[in-house]
Amino acid sequence: MTSAPLLEVEGLGINLALGSRMFPAVSDVSFTIQRGETYGLVGESGCGKSITALSLIGLLKHPLGLGAGKIRFKGQEIQALPAEDLRKLRGASISMIFQEPMTALNPLKAVGRQIAEMFVLHQGKDWAAAERLAVEALDSVRVPAAARRAKDYPHQLSGGMRQRVMIAIALACGPDLLLADEPTTALDVTVQAEILELIRELSAEKGTAVLLISHDLGLIANMCARVGVMYAGRLVEERPLGEIFRTPSHPYTAGLVASLPLLGARAAKGRNRLREIEGVVPPVTDFPVGCRFAPRCHAASEICNRIDPTETALGGNGRVRCHHHG
Amino acid sequence: MRFRANLWIGGGLFAIVVAGGVLAPWLAHSDPVMGANLMNAEIPPGREFWFGTDVQGRDIYSRVLYGAQISLTIGVLSQLINTVIGVCLGVSAGYWGGWWDDLVSGLTNMMLAIPSLVFALAIMAILSPGLISLLIALGLTNWSYTCRLSRAATLSVKTQGYVQAAKILGYSDIRIMLTQVLPNILGPIIVIGTLGMGGAILAEAALSFLGLGIRPPFPSWGSMLSDARDHITIAPWISIFPGLAIFITVLALNLLGDGLRDILDPQARTRSP
Repeated sequence: MTSAPLLEVEGLGINLALGSRMFPAVSDVSFTIQRGETYGLVGESGCGKSITALSLIGLLKHPLGLGAGKIRFKGQEIQALPAEDLRKLRGASISMIFQEPMTALNPLKAVGRQIAEMFVLHQGKDWAAAERLAVEALDSVRVPAAARRAKDYPHQLSGGMRQRVMIAIALACGPDLLLADEPTTALDVTVQAEILELIRELSAEKGTAVLLISHDLGLIANMCARVGVMYAGRLVEERPLGEIFRTPSHPYTAGLVASLPLLGARAAKGRNRLREIEGVVPPVTDFPVGCRFAPRCHAASEICNRIDPTETALGGNGRVRCHHHG
Repeated sequence: MRFRANLWIGGGLFAIVVAGGVLAPWLAHSDPVMGANLMNAEIPPGREFWFGTDVQGRDIYSRVLYGAQISLTIGVLSQLINTVIGVCLGVSAGYWGGWWDDLVSGLTNMMLAIPSLVFALAIMAILSPGLISLLIALGLTNWSYTCRLSRAATLSVKTQGYVQAAKILGYSDIRIMLTQVLPNILGPIIVIGTLGMGGAILAEAALSFLGLGIRPPFPSWGSMLSDARDHITIAPWISIFPGLAIFITVLALNLLGDGLRDILDPQARTRSP
């Protein structure tokens, strides 16, 4: 670990309140993101990836609420910030792009205006200057004929173009951290690749750290140096990228890796059937007492059903939460 | 771009009505109040009196022109007050929810339960009759529909991605309401606002008829209409012309509202014809 990390999440817990009962939707999640680093968070739908991201900017809404743990951004505790300071942080220092570029833009405003609004809002620029900066921002996300495109409305743009506009909005104020929640899920494959390339280039250029959230391990593999795997509200394994593919330690990670299709030469000498992980994620109201993955785990033994495993450090900056890791 | 008939016809008619009111001192043939001459009572429309004369021999054409001043002022201004109150309450209630929403919804239901005309009557009974009192009475009693509409529209717009996105990108609540929510619910608000202008003109007529609005002999279309009521069988023109003025104004406002709603929607604006 180098000097003070950009973002530190320590023992984060998020509770779901149903009636008078509280259920742990996310529990004891810890990770750090260094300046300029791209960190991948992977897991199935409903494992708590997205709400983890929302908790980082203080936007959990009832029935979800922050439980235990600490979130520190540049050494400041997010929970302790007054609401107004937190608002100013959002969009300026921590920004976000979303899954649905179709609906994330205001249909009634020209896209240039929507980018410009970020400069007006966070940097106090006047509209004329902001509109000029907006055209530059559009240009930087490789939108052709940016000056003309800035006058277009969202419905006149394709999905990929809209996501570029979203990226321009998110990066407008030069944030330190970009949260990318499934940024390419709604796009088709070739556009996906372009958008990912764009996020990679821009974040490298501006030194923006990225928290990339996805259910797609392949996509994470293209982008991130370190990967955290989440399962049922827990971070079950965190490893540098190469290791997670070569020697997945947690049985769930191993299952995810085994379910990836291999292409080309690797396919010829490797397996030719995709493996699945049997069973389904337990509902948040009914997490097992012991290891949350135990009911679906091929390596599960008696201890797994009884005792919740704690995190174990692995060699080379890795962590895993399993009794039988290896 | 295709020709927007409703916008142009509505706008044109409304412009004519407004021009009639503004230019009344030059267009009118005689003084609307002092021009009474019983010798000329109930003359049918003709070359000398274009719209005929009323029971007291006043030129109806002149009175309709001057009536536009009062009716338009009341119709437009009172509805403007209603819309501002209704939108502020409705959007904030829909957006913030919670106890504020409960309070506003309760108040709205209360307002809806009391017929607005009765409420306006009560206010007029306290204040002295006159233009300002009419504006207050009609401006404070008719916001409940606008409020309900904007609250409901806000609730549906609130869940849209761009409102969520704005929150995540650090917009303040007020800014979200003004820049993200309001423009997206403006269409129905404009339509109900212009419809309400017609309603306000009619409400003013009712109040004036009851002697609580514009006092005779000053002309408003409503009071002219109620004066003419007793003579409708023998001198129908006395009621036809102010009635026609109300009809044309309300029609113009509705067409205008429709047309405005269309051009406020960029999807409709740039869609190929």
